[in-house]
Amino acid sequence: MLANFLSVESLFYLAGLVAVIASFKVVTGKNTVHALLYLVVSLLAVAVCFYLMGAPFAAGLEVIVYAGAILVLFVFAVMMFGLTTDETKYAPQSKGLSFWVGPIILAMTLLAELLWVIDNAQLQQQLTANVVSAKQVGMLLYGPYLLAVEIASFLLLAGLLAGYHYAKPESRGTHL
Amino acid sequence: MMPEQFWKILEITIMLALLIPIAATLVWVERRMIGIWQDRHGPNRVGPFGILQSLADLLKILGKEDWIPPFSDKIVFVLAPVIGAVCVLMSFAVVPFSPSIGVSDLNIGILFFLAMASLSVYSVVLAGWASNSKYAMLGGMRAAAQTVSYEVFMGLSVMGVVLLTGTFNLREIVLAQTDGWLIQSQFLGFFIFLVAGIAESHRLPFDLPEAETELTAGFHTEYSGLKFALFFLGEYLSVTLISAMSVVLFFGGWLMPAPLDTWLPPLVWFIIKIMGFVMFFILLRTSLPRPRFDQLLAFGWKVMLPLALFNLLVTAALKLSGVL
Repeated sequence: MLANFLSVESLFYLAGLVAVIASFKVVTGKNTVHALLYLVVSLLAVAVCFYLMGAPFAAGLEVIVYAGAILVLFVFAVMMFGLTTDETKYAPQSKGLSFWVGPIILAMTLLAELLWVIDNAQLQQQLTANVVSAKQVGMLLYGPYLLAVEIASFLLLAGLLAGYHYAKPESRGTHL
Repeated sequence: MMPEQFWKILEITIMLALLIPIAATLVWVERRMIGIWQDRHGPNRVGPFGILQSLADLLKILGKEDWIPPFSDKIVFVLAPVIGAVCVLMSFAVVPFSPSIGVSDLNIGILFFLAMASLSVYSVVLAGWASNSKYAMLGGMRAAAQTVSYEVFMGLSVMGVVLLTGTFNLREIVLAQTDGWLIQSQFLGFFIFLVAGIAESHRLPFDLPEAETELTAGFHTEYSGLKFALFFLGEYLSVTLISAMSVVLFFGGWLMPAPLDTWLPPLVWFIIKIMGFVMFFILLRTSLPRPRFDQLLAFGWKVMLPLALFNLLVTAALKLSGVL
């Protein structure tokens, strides 16, 4: 009974459910910091999903990079600029349900795809057959995809330099 | 229930039941050692040598009013200290204490530890935000900037160990050090890890989020009673955790060289090594002044990050050329 309840599949769906609910709370919440906290929970749930699907490395990176670093910066920015509840007042309000049609169609497509995968035993076997380890990820990144990795790092470097340029104080000694 | 599940739960229970009083006793150890190093007595009245001081403090703190400020964000305010303590306690799940003791041999043990370390920053940041007061807010923002900066090269410093042992599993890392501890080749990595660890656990000299001379008490200015005690518990647990991780990654975990290893059981050796590091943490607190905040961040990005990259590069080159 206990073993049945704690099967990988049910755990996966539970984590998925948490992710969906948390994501929903992110977009419906009125308080920015609470919304960000729900986003953290959502990312953690997605990390659990990754782990259960046999990608522990991706799960670890998801928590370290997204939940642990990027969202901390988000929270930092929100705190620094004092954005909590006020700014939603001035945001353009959506009129009725028409606003939701586009996102709903997109999400439904994903849902249909997912249901089809779940229903198709052969596809499922293909998916679970290849569990990706950290070593494989590393070998791919520094083997066939080396050029793409380098291009991405150049892009990041350009972004970093631009950020530095904008944040640089006008002249030395004017700031404390 | 299955017997092995029962033993696992018992193991976890015993570990929790030991870790929390140990962290509380560390408060007394710290105050007493600082007293001795500063040529005064320290707390020596409650029990033999004052060892029950923490118990007395706990009883006092239990009797305090558990005040939640009316101007705070109540849910987040209550949640923040819990997040901190839980994240640190979760990290202990992957620490291999001895050949047979250890909750989980997770294959991504190091990543799990880094993930929990980076999540525990939410405790401080949210405490600062939810308190809705200027001092706490400044403390929380300092904590966010400090932790995000220092966890970058904390991860990089550990990668040298991963490179040499070829695994993220902490138990396998300990076993890979049977022929010699990794401190021999990874001294720079160890130094960087230790500095980052001190910054992650907000200990002096990196305790700027709660610097009392400028921010009263920083992020926990508005906290009192048990919630304040929980922050304190989290801090001392994370001192123990960083010590334990330093021992596991660089000082051979429970392993000892040939004549010494038969004298005491492995678990005792492990605890002795951890206590050595804890004493070092306390000695640092007594001897170093606190830097300015911009100095702290500049030191992190301009000195420690290049050093960590340099260490990784040299380790990789030596590993490839077959020297290590």
